[in-house]
Amino acid sequence: MQRTDTVVGWLAALTEALTHAGLHEETAIALGLVAGALVIALVAPLIALVLIWLLRKVVSRIQDRIGPNRVGRFGLLQTVADAIKLVSKETITPRNSDFIAYNLAPVLSVFGIIMLFAVLPFSDGIVGADLNVGVLYIVALGSIGIMAALMAGWGSNNKYALLSGFRVVAQLLSYEIPLVLSMLAVVLAAGTMRFGALAEAQGHFLGFGWYVFIMPAAALIFFVCSLAESEQTPFDLLEAESELIAGFHIEYSGMRFAMFFLAQFLNAFVLAGVATALFLGGWQGPGVQIPGIGPWLGLLYFVGKTFFVYLLQIWIKGTFPRLRVDQMMSFCWKMLVPLTVGLLAWQMVVQVLPWPPVAINGAILAGNLLVLVIGVVAIGRYLRQEMVRTKRAFVPRSLIGTMEPVVEG
Amino acid sequence: MPVDIPIPTVQQAVFGAVALMTAVAGLIVVVHRNLFHCALALIATLFGVAGVYILLEAEFLAVTQVLVYVGAIATLITFAIMLTRGIMFGATAANNNSSFIVASVALLLFLMLAGIVDRVPWLTGDLALTADETMIADLGWEFVTTYGLALELIGLLLLIALVGAVMLARDDE
Repeated sequence: MQRTDTVVGWLAALTEALTHAGLHEETAIALGLVAGALVIALVAPLIALVLIWLLRKVVSRIQDRIGPNRVGRFGLLQTVADAIKLVSKETITPRNSDFIAYNLAPVLSVFGIIMLFAVLPFSDGIVGADLNVGVLYIVALGSIGIMAALMAGWGSNNKYALLSGFRVVAQLLSYEIPLVLSMLAVVLAAGTMRFGALAEAQGHFLGFGWYVFIMPAAALIFFVCSLAESEQTPFDLLEAESELIAGFHIEYSGMRFAMFFLAQFLNAFVLAGVATALFLGGWQGPGVQIPGIGPWLGLLYFVGKTFFVYLLQIWIKGTFPRLRVDQMMSFCWKMLVPLTVGLLAWQMVVQVLPWPPVAINGAILAGNLLVLVIGVVAIGRYLRQEMVRTKRAFVPRSLIGTMEPVVEG
Repeated sequence: MPVDIPIPTVQQAVFGAVALMTAVAGLIVVVHRNLFHCALALIATLFGVAGVYILLEAEFLAVTQVLVYVGAIATLITFAIMLTRGIMFGATAANNNSSFIVASVALLLFLMLAGIVDRVPWLTGDLALTADETMIADLGWEFVTTYGLALELIGLLLLIALVGAVMLARDDE
């Protein structure tokens, strides 16, 4: 029997209604799919309105400000007003810009992100397409964002934009490696890449058998890499005002700039959603098995957890300083990549041992805790070195420019 | 008697659109004079091929195609073009003095492929597809059992390439 509370069920009902109205069955199915795609494409910008409002409000509170409170209740309509302003602004095309690359880049950046919404498992059965390669799909579509940044940087005929485009590619390609490997940790444990099955694998203990409890290091690495992938603080040196003016979208204005802006926020949200689906149990929680209200409860859990991860991102945005470009690269290649590879190797060895599941999970947890300790110690050592280095750099070498006499000895 | 025009099904129409896009983009790769636009067209071609894979219900292959070719190789090609100063600005000629040889090789390849498509007895009928995770699991299993040695050799090759890249990029001090 077809369940009526899943996307598949709704599509079947829609197809049936359309066929009843006299359409060819295949055309009806195609129309239903187009309708589903439209819903996803329309919901995404609406979510972005909430995301931007939330960011402004929370960062304002962190910085001891009030934030937007004039347009609408609690400033809720501020983002709508800003969107209208952006739409009504003139779109400027710089001279000698590459027409195709310049105009295609903003569209592609949004397109790549909205495609990701199709596989987000919002609830049991409420998912655009539960692909059997869901996790890999997320990784593959990340390359569209990279291409969009490159095209924008190259097409705008501006050296700062091009430099920033190169930075984007360097950062996104580098951080993709630990990101994918940390996702692989979950895939290995669950034995599937389908998001629906991943959520089901975390349904033990009343829906609290989350992978974050047995692999906290992998979850943390994924979170850090997702910050880098969505160009958030502390990895937002792609738009370092002091060095690159604005980033690869410096030459964009009006609606085209708004699309880059939209893509960035939606990317943060999607990665928070993926983190939820992989490590925080997805739509699992107490009471999702109850027929009728279960899927809606699951939707609530998923959205709630995703916004929790998003709030963590905002918290970091409000408190952390920005990394230097060399720190960004060495942190990825000298810290995250070796740690993640070690973590994965350990997990692979443990998983083929003929132990009971409890012992295997315990061993994985021990390996994760060890990686966390190594990571904290390594970062602590680096910061201590850096403190010594900066102190040395600021000790005056001569009397010129200082008011105090240098004490010899 | 009216001519019976076959109305394409939705799937055929989608395939036609994807195939047309792939072919046109492939043509642009060869004939366009701006090398950067050629690279963009190459990416469009690779996406089109991924679309054909999806129509064949081979999602894993399609996703891998996008991941490897668009994500890695196309980015590399674009980088190479951008960092090569002479090519970055201005047009390049679509023809050079080896175009005759290349055209004949391409023609031969096309004839060979057409022959293969024509002669091979393709399986028809309602064969059940091993879809879902089982297919990917089988693929992974084959990699570490039957083709284990080949996989290790590929890994070694990639490692050598990685070390070589680091050696090339090192400052000589």
